[in-house]
Amino acid sequence: MANNQQHTDQAPFPGQVHPTAGGGIVVSKLDDIINWARANSLWPLVFGTSCCAIEMMSTASAKYDWSRFGFEVARATPRQADVIIIAGTIVNKMAPVLKRLYDQMADPKYVIAMGACATSGGPFFYNTYSVVKGADHVIPVDVYIAGCPPRPEALLHALISLQEKIRSGATREQIRQVNE
Amino acid sequence: MNNEELKLQVTAILPSATFEEGGDWLSAQIDAAEWKNFARTFRYTNGLEFDFLFCITCVDWKTHLSMVYHLTSTVHGHTIVIKAKLDRNDPSIETVADIWRTAEFHEREAYDLFGVKFLHHPDLRRLFMTDDHNGWPLRKDYEDPVNMIKL
Repeated sequence: MANNQQHTDQAPFPGQVHPTAGGGIVVSKLDDIINWARANSLWPLVFGTSCCAIEMMSTASAKYDWSRFGFEVARATPRQADVIIIAGTIVNKMAPVLKRLYDQMADPKYVIAMGACATSGGPFFYNTYSVVKGADHVIPVDVYIAGCPPRPEALLHALISLQEKIRSGATREQIRQVNE
Repeated sequence: MNNEELKLQVTAILPSATFEEGGDWLSAQIDAAEWKNFARTFRYTNGLEFDFLFCITCVDWKTHLSMVYHLTSTVHGHTIVIKAKLDRNDPSIETVADIWRTAEFHEREAYDLFGVKFLHHPDLRRLFMTDDHNGWPLRKDYEDPVNMIKL
């Protein structure tokens, strides 16, 4: 830990190293360290409502492998998940289920709206009788991804963007906690 | 059994049936009131044995509704399409859920989206829409809650 040199493209450990005889001392802020830790271990919830979920599964699998960035374990229960990736269309009947899942997740929690449907209703935007026009009508969203469906690279980019957002303390969750 | 032979069988069972030509499958138009007995005969008569109802469709023609049933026999490999006109103001037809179990959900779907009443259906509730939803979304005169494009 004393060696602050980075050999990966991951974000460096926050703080400065003060060298002393017999080793270095890291001076940092607890908030920064907590955010750094949280950003590097985000457990997504297993949640997919349509074709975006196929891309999400692809992102999790060997070729793209989101566990390289700390999205190691997809959890099948909201109580153990940190981030919910809304992968697919949210219909009126699904909306209360999504709300409930979000409510059951432990703080701090983050939301990614994946693809056109979750962002705005997408192809179902006009004259729909069943589709919610954007998941942010139901729960707050931190990162939006364009695409129908987005490629796995786009999802990875969104996940990394979310990590940057968490490290800088700019997610909705963190802003809400500061304001309280 | 080929289409010509099927046609003879249908005419023998139900002389009032009319036929449409042109498709791969034989298409018979029957009276909605005759449907239940006709269906039972088609399911259980030796040589016909239509044991698989693979599609139920409702069509809104604006003047009337039309139910379309696709039947096939896994025993003999023949297929037939049965159509029945319904009154658009009070669409109702006997259920066939007791003959083909799959019809239970297919009929619920047709009820949900077109408002067709399936008489003596064991559990006729909405399937996709919420229970308190008003109207029948796939009917031609259905107004979407937020109508952005008027067609």
